[in-house]
This record gives sequence, structure tokens and C-alpha cells, in this order.
Amino acid sequence: MSGMMMGRRGLMLASAAGLSAPRVAGAQAPAVKLGILQPVTGALSQDGEYGRLGAELAINEINASGGLRALGGARIEMVFGDARSNPEGGVAEVEKMQAEGVVAVVGGFASPICLAASQAASRYDLPYIVDVGVSDQIVSRGLTNTFRFGPGFGVVTQTALDNLVALNDAAGKPARTVVIVHEDGLFGSGMARLLNAELPKRGFEVMETIAHPTPARDMNNVALRIRALRPDLVIPSSYYAEFVLLSRTMQQQRIRPKGIYCVLNGAASNFRFVREFPDAANLVMDCNHWADPRKPKTAELRRAVEAQNRFWLYNTPLNYSAVMLVADALERAGRADRAAVLQALAATDGRFERHIMPYGATRFVNGQNQAGQPVNTQVQGGDIKVIFPRDFADAQPVFPVTG
Amino acid sequence: MGFPPEIILEAVLNGLLTGAVYGLVALGLTLVYGVLHIINFAHGALLTAAMYAAYVARTAFGIDPYVAALPLAALFFALGYGVQRLVIGPASQGKDENILLVTLGLSIIIENLMLAIFRSDTRSIDVPYAMEVVEFGPALLSWPRLIGFGATILVGIALFVLMTRTATGKAIRAVAKERTGAALVGIDVAHIYAVTFGIGTACLAIAAALLLPSFYVSPRVGNAFVLVAFTIVVLGGMGSVVGALVGGLVIGVVESLSGLYLGDSLGQIGIFLIFILVLLVRPTGLFGARA
Repeated sequence: MSGMMMGRRGLMLASAAGLSAPRVAGAQAPAVKLGILQPVTGALSQDGEYGRLGAELAINEINASGGLRALGGARIEMVFGDARSNPEGGVAEVEKMQAEGVVAVVGGFASPICLAASQAASRYDLPYIVDVGVSDQIVSRGLTNTFRFGPGFGVVTQTALDNLVALNDAAGKPARTVVIVHEDGLFGSGMARLLNAELPKRGFEVMETIAHPTPARDMNNVALRIRALRPDLVIPSSYYAEFVLLSRTMQQQRIRPKGIYCVLNGAASNFRFVREFPDAANLVMDCNHWADPRKPKTAELRRAVEAQNRFWLYNTPLNYSAVMLVADALERAGRADRAAVLQALAATDGRFERHIMPYGATRFVNGQNQAGQPVNTQVQGGDIKVIFPRDFADAQPVFPVTG
Repeated sequence: MGFPPEIILEAVLNGLLTGAVYGLVALGLTLVYGVLHIINFAHGALLTAAMYAAYVARTAFGIDPYVAALPLAALFFALGYGVQRLVIGPASQGKDENILLVTLGLSIIIENLMLAIFRSDTRSIDVPYAMEVVEFGPALLSWPRLIGFGATILVGIALFVLMTRTATGKAIRAVAKERTGAALVGIDVAHIYAVTFGIGTACLAIAAALLLPSFYVSPRVGNAFVLVAFTIVVLGGMGSVVGALVGGLVIGVVESLSGLYLGDSLGQIGIFLIFILVLLVRPTGLFGARA
């Protein structure tokens, strides 16, 4: 089977072969088992699929380039678990992975899954690397087995606010009034509360905070209220379908604020949205995870993903980088031993360069990578460009939007 | 806060347009209830299936949803007929509580079938007229929604004619009123049940084709419409065709206005207040007195 095109079935065959095949005489070191946990069924399955893809690409790349050198060229063998979009599913899969003897677990995607799964792993001193889950609780429980390479909620929102101010100041402060639109669950309501507290301190006036349910049947009322209020900025915190509905309705109702500025939005950094509704998506900004556009590896990985007719989402580079982080720790530990890997992970520094995120020198404090940060993206001409921070950016921000 | 009159006018118009499609979804539900005296829990899942059918028609065969509406209605009529004749009817063994469970089971099967085939991605289609609007005074009315409104009215008239002017309609009404009597005068009750179920499912297919240009489809999308359809059926009167359409329009406007004033989360309260009020004050609904 060709490495890149391995599907679910191929993977199962591969792992079955890995288990049963007799060791190749001589050189071949025993494979190192790595647990990959993603929700590939249920409500989060879209994200889970793209997370798994990133992990697969990283493992294939490591194996194709001679395996883990410090371990005598040992291959990495993926032990995949479906978290079924809920914490219980995540825990059950960690237990299975423990029984399979994995050296570490990568993934989880949603914060509730990451929280439960990393806790389950901690009972076995099993290293757990969070791929996406942004809840700040994940790294504040004192678990020595849990690491997060990407940024948490606090850092993301802080950066989002700072960049918004910088963006507005650079353009001569055209925006002052804001309407916040949010889904009424934990994520959207929490974000709306934080924005309501922080925006006035930075000179913005929050005219209205509009909550909507998920799923929403209709966004016309939200659009009407926005039209009546005429805010300079609209800040939405919604999941994919609702944001797509909102932006299309705004387009239809000819509502053109000076900017649509999202924070951790489900659609604004999603190429499906950009491809399917280029007009509605155009010039939407988001503060979110994103791969470093300057690294050649990013473009290479993106081509590999798009060659499979998949979209380029942040889940893929985050999981790719998290698997590379484990591989780096294994190389430095020199053996597939959990305690040694934990020690090596905690000692990761700027010499870890095989990741493709736009972070500075890696440094873990209580499991959190201090260099992890989000970036600001903007949809420009059918592509998703990085506009902040300036030293990573591959495009100039278009703000305020005119016309 | 106060809104300028043109915003309120637009909210009312939007409510009417959205409500019409709600009415169409409710139409199928109320018809099945009025005749078979069962609550069809598979209604939402069937709507989802119909939306996927319209999605596939567009993406795989390039057929516009509005063009696909009639063939899909025929297809879903056949599907509904078959499901009632071959699955629900035989499985019920004449007991209503069995039917409840059978339709519930059907909904779970359909939903998971859709999940297996299409995965949980949210899918939508882009048609060239999706963003077209008609300027009605200060209001901008969405073209797909206007078409949805018109088509719903047409379907309503067609159903009304079918029920009052044709032999099949007479037979349906006879079975609804007096099943045993209808059987005694030679009406094939099992056939009429299946025809009714088929018509209800066909309404869903048309609703699906009308929704898709401005909405999206995911394996659980039908549920979002079914809850509101139940309210409409209660408001309009169980089993009443006119009631479903008028009820749909009323609920659409209520949802729109309460959404405007209370926000979309709290706005849902308006719908359920009506639901409770109708049950308390007029349990037969607006047009259900004779039933």
C-alpha cells in the first residue's frame, strides 16, 4: 500500500501485519507503538478525521525516512482509537492503548475529551500530548504526564484582543462599536463573557451580545439586528454550520461591517467554507491555530493533504507537529520507555524544529508549551492568509473593509 | 430596545417565509396523524434523508433542487408508501404503541445510515440564485425563500383539492373518520394508510428541495425542524391541512419577532409558550374542532 493514501482499512491491515509479522532478521528494531486518539464518529468526526490525517502523515514520514535513529531505526506503529466524540469514549480508548503497550498518546481534539483521556493516561504514567483542546484546565491540574504543544484559551483570547487593537490602531482606529454573536453553549457563552469584560477596557463599545442556539434554523433575525445596530465590527463565536449560515445571510442582506473578526471560529479557518462560499468568506478574519506559512514543510504537507481531496484545516498540522514532538522526545530518550519519554518531553527546547507551527523555541512549563500561540488569518481571494503576527505573516490585513 | 418599523416589517415577512416551509414539514406530520392516528417519529429522519437526496441530485447529477423537487416527491411517495405497507403496518400488529416504537426505530436507522454514508460533515450546495434578493420596500427578501413560500402554498392548494375533490381524498377522509366503516364499504384501508404516509413523505421531499438552497444538511438536521413542526400541528389542529399551513405561518412570525426582541436563544420560548397555551386553552387547535 502506498504510504500517503492509507485509509482506515489499510491502517488496520498495517497494524495487524505489524503485530503478527516475524521480525525481519538482523537490523530491524522492534516497532514503537504510539496511541492516536481522535473522535472519528459522532458530532466531532470532521475534526477527528483531519487530526488523524496529520498523525498518519507524520508517522509515515518518520518511517519512510529510516524510523527512529536513536532506537536503531525502529518504526512507529500507530494504535488508533476512536474517542466517539465524548469523554467516556476517550477514556475507554486510552485503557485499550495502555493494554496494547503504547509509549505515548497523542490527540483528543475537544477539551472535555482531552481532560478525561489525559487523566486516565496519568494513572499509568503514560505521556499524553494534547493536540487541540484549549481549556486552560488541561494543564493546570498538576498532571505530570500531560503536555500541550499549542496555545490555551487564555493565550488565544489575549492574543486575539491584542491583535485586534493593533489592527485597528494601524488603520487609524476606524472601528469602535462591536456586536458579539455567539452560540449559547459553554464555548460561545464563555467567549462572549470574556469579550464583554475585555473589549470596553480596550476602547471598544459592545452594542449588543446576541446568543443563538446550535443548531439554528435561521440567522435572519441576527442579521436584522446587526443591520439595525450598524456596528463597525461583528465578532462571532459559533460552530461551523451556524457561522456559514450567518455570513451568508449577512451577505444576502448586504450587511457589510468594517470587519468580521472571529476567535477560534469553526469556519473562518476552514477551507471547505472558503471553497464553497468564497464571497461570504472573503475578508473574514480569525484568531486561531494555523501552520507556519514560512516553513517549506507546511506547503509540502498541504499538497499531500489536498492530493487526497481533503481540505487544509488546522487539525492536521497540529497533530503532525504533536507526533513529531513525541518522535523528538523518543530520539533524545534513546529508548521507548514512558518515564524516559516524559523526562525528554519536559526537557524539549528550541532544538525541536520538526514541527510546522509558527511558534518560537519550545519550552514546557507544567506541561504547557510557553511558545504556543495562535495567529490571525484572513480569507483573501479564496485563500487563507496569515496577517498577524507580522513576522509570520504572508499577507497584509485588509481592514477596514470598504464597499 | 425599539426597532424602526421597517425592521419589524422585515422580521414579519421573514417569519412568514420561514414559516411556510415549517408548515410544509408540519403538513406531512399532521396528515399522517389525522389518518393513521400515529405520531411519526421518523419524520425528522425522513426529512434529513430527503435533503441528502436533493444534495446528491445537485452534486452528483447537477440537477437544480427546484427541478428535482417533483421527481423527489414521487420517489419519496413510493418510499413512504413502501415503508408503511411493508414495515410500519405489519410491525404494528394493530397496536398504536407499537407504531410509535417502530417509527422511533426507523428514525435511528435512517440517521445512522446517513452518518455512515455521508459522514458528519455539514454540507451545503451553492446555487447561482442563492444570494438573490427581491427589494420589497426597505426589506430585502431572499429569492429562495420566496420560492419556498410560493411552492408551499401551491402544495397546500394541491393537497386541499386532492382531499376534497378526488376519490382518493374521499377515501382518506373516510378512513380518518371511521376506519371500520370505510373497510365495510370496500375501501382498502391498508392501501389508504400507505397512500397517506406516502403523501406525508412526499411533502418532506418538497420541503427538503426548498430548504437546501439556503440551508445545509447534516445527519441530524431534520430534528431541528421536527420539534417546531409538532408545535405547528398542535396549534393548527391535529390532522388539519389548513391548520398546518396557517399554524406554520403563525409560528414563523412568532419565532421571528421573539427572536428579534429576545435574541435567538430566548426567542424559542415564544414557540413553546404557544404550544402550552394552545394545549391549555384550545386543545383541538385552531382548525381541529371537528376532529
